[in-house]
Amino acid sequence: MSPTTTRRLDAPRRERSALSRRLGKFVLPTYSGLVIVYLVLPIAVMVVYSFNRVTSGLQLVSFAWNGFTFQWYKQWSSVPGLTSAFWLSIRLAVVSTIIATVLGTLLAIALVRYRSARFHGKGAIEQILFLNIAAPEIVMGASLLGIFVTFNVARGFVTLVLAHVMFSIAYVTVTVRARLSGFDRSLEEAAYDLGAKPLATFRLVTLPLIMPGVLAGALMAFAISIDDFVTSNFVSGSSAPFPVWVYGASRVGTPPQVFVFGTVIFGVGIVLAILSLGLSRKRS
Amino acid sequence: MTNGSVGTADEVQPLDGPAAADRRKVIVSLEHVTKIFDDAPAVDDLNLEIFEGEFFSLLGPSGCGKTTTLRMLGGFEEPTSGRILLGGKEVTYLAPYFRDVNTVFQSYALFPHLNVSENVAFGLRRQHISKSEISRRVSSMLEIVDLPDFERRRTDQLSGGQQQRVALARALVNEPTLLLLDEPMSALDAKLRHQMQIELKRIQTQVGITFLYVTHDQEEAMTMSDRLVVMRRGRIEGIGTPKDVYDNPSTEFVATFLGASNLLTGDIARSDGPISTINLVGGSTLSVPTSRLPEHRSSKTVKVGVRPEKISIINAASTAGPGQNVLRGRVRVSTFTGVGNQYLVEMANGADVTVYAQNIGQELVPRSGDEVLLTWPVEHTFAVRPMENDGVDESIDEGELS
Repeated sequence: MSPTTTRRLDAPRRERSALSRRLGKFVLPTYSGLVIVYLVLPIAVMVVYSFNRVTSGLQLVSFAWNGFTFQWYKQWSSVPGLTSAFWLSIRLAVVSTIIATVLGTLLAIALVRYRSARFHGKGAIEQILFLNIAAPEIVMGASLLGIFVTFNVARGFVTLVLAHVMFSIAYVTVTVRARLSGFDRSLEEAAYDLGAKPLATFRLVTLPLIMPGVLAGALMAFAISIDDFVTSNFVSGSSAPFPVWVYGASRVGTPPQVFVFGTVIFGVGIVLAILSLGLSRKRS
Repeated sequence: MTNGSVGTADEVQPLDGPAAADRRKVIVSLEHVTKIFDDAPAVDDLNLEIFEGEFFSLLGPSGCGKTTTLRMLGGFEEPTSGRILLGGKEVTYLAPYFRDVNTVFQSYALFPHLNVSENVAFGLRRQHISKSEISRRVSSMLEIVDLPDFERRRTDQLSGGQQQRVALARALVNEPTLLLLDEPMSALDAKLRHQMQIELKRIQTQVGITFLYVTHDQEEAMTMSDRLVVMRRGRIEGIGTPKDVYDNPSTEFVATFLGASNLLTGDIARSDGPISTINLVGGSTLSVPTSRLPEHRSSKTVKVGVRPEKISIINAASTAGPGQNVLRGRVRVSTFTGVGNQYLVEMANGADVTVYAQNIGQELVPRSGDEVLLTWPVEHTFAVRPMENDGVDESIDEGELS
């Protein structure tokens, strides 16, 4: 092959790479922008319409823009069923998060620390954790309802907590386990060595070090609990948490306060996420 | 397994210096301590006594059981059998948090969520000690390790050497009966390591606490230790002051692991007087003080050893003085190393002998191919039993210098 041919073959390749470089300058930003719009748009609609004036007699959401108002924020508690459903959701999320975080963290520690020889059923638990995350919620919700009906358990707050703890544990365990897997065991030995008994060692060394994982797990459990609809719908009985109540109401028409609560929950979520990010940055 | 353990309790008799056994209190004793992991003994019937205030080193290649021994003393492993006594009390199965022992871990294991002074105060806070007393002791300890004004620093802002000092302060501030150090220098670069060796020895002298130092670095162990043991395959191969163990190695392993040795195979011809005679393979004869022959010998075959720096090279035509061993050979390799010359001299029987000659400007400097005589005083000659060759020797190559 003569040198001339080589150059000719080379030339377009160089040109193409320059072109793709020029393309890359705006393809990626455009794509990123579209993804952000896609993800944020529904939330933005909710936030915007929580400030929308309602002109019809029925105080229900309409998607025509009627003007800006703080009315729904001032009257946030004027829809009786909605407010109690919201507080039920909050109580449910807090209680189930605490229980799931404690149990899930302990489970994660056991899974990381003990080999199968000492921890019978370790393999089974790991499979079930995966199953728990992967299984369709409708299946779990329906079977839970079946169990509660069979054993004649009255549906209400207790059954809701049981259900929410059940589906949150796996998330907490997986998150905490990830944090624990890189844990330097000699730190605990150092604590023992310095006179700290096992419980003190856990409190003073282990827990502070895995705290970012525990908090991330708790945050996830809280988020899953507060927006759970499918399982809650099966096991709530007459006490409907926020998502179940909203679903029921939307068949007639959504009061604008739903958007107010949604916006507040979203705002709190953002603040928590930023806090947790800052915390994990500081820790690591 | 070799039967070459010489470390039974009644043999722990330092020969000289301030470490004379009768005047010192035994602070740690290991009695027939054995630790078996998955059917293989990591520590095999270990007997050891450490005296109060001593800087004692466990030296050996990786897998020799030195770290396992340290972990059993710290309470992180339980012996399969045997007893461990600390300050006269049995602690064999006592949990680490009940032991008056503190450890400097290989990774330092500083608590990353606590600052320097919180790390150092950790042990004191576990005891019922007033806050003012704790802060006083923490700052005076940080001064001893030469880290004043570091109290509020985060541990990840410290250099490796500083982290090590914090780890040392955190352990020493509790004034333990015994301080365990698990290869604490392995993460430091060579220059810092030398500096820390001197520093560590100074701190040990200042606080007067018994140090048990685990290392695979023979130079490090010899520099700092009052006494040391050389371990191999869970057993003690040699014990004593660094000088004792170096000058009079008890086994072939010790002779090659601790420094370098020339080892020549031969048979004992006569051993009734104070000086024994050994016929080397190939015809030459060497003299060895009878007291330096191996104690439990099963055959006449021994390895005669001499350290490379003990040998002088003289002209082949000259004669050696009385009380000297003499070997004839031909220089194969001559290397100038700055501080001296290193020679590889081939004996008539084909064996190589290494010689280190100091560069003091007045010695014969032979070239390769020259016929020379090697001489050294009889009292610098030792003899060891040949090591059983079972194919799994660590870091030892026959005829080569480690």
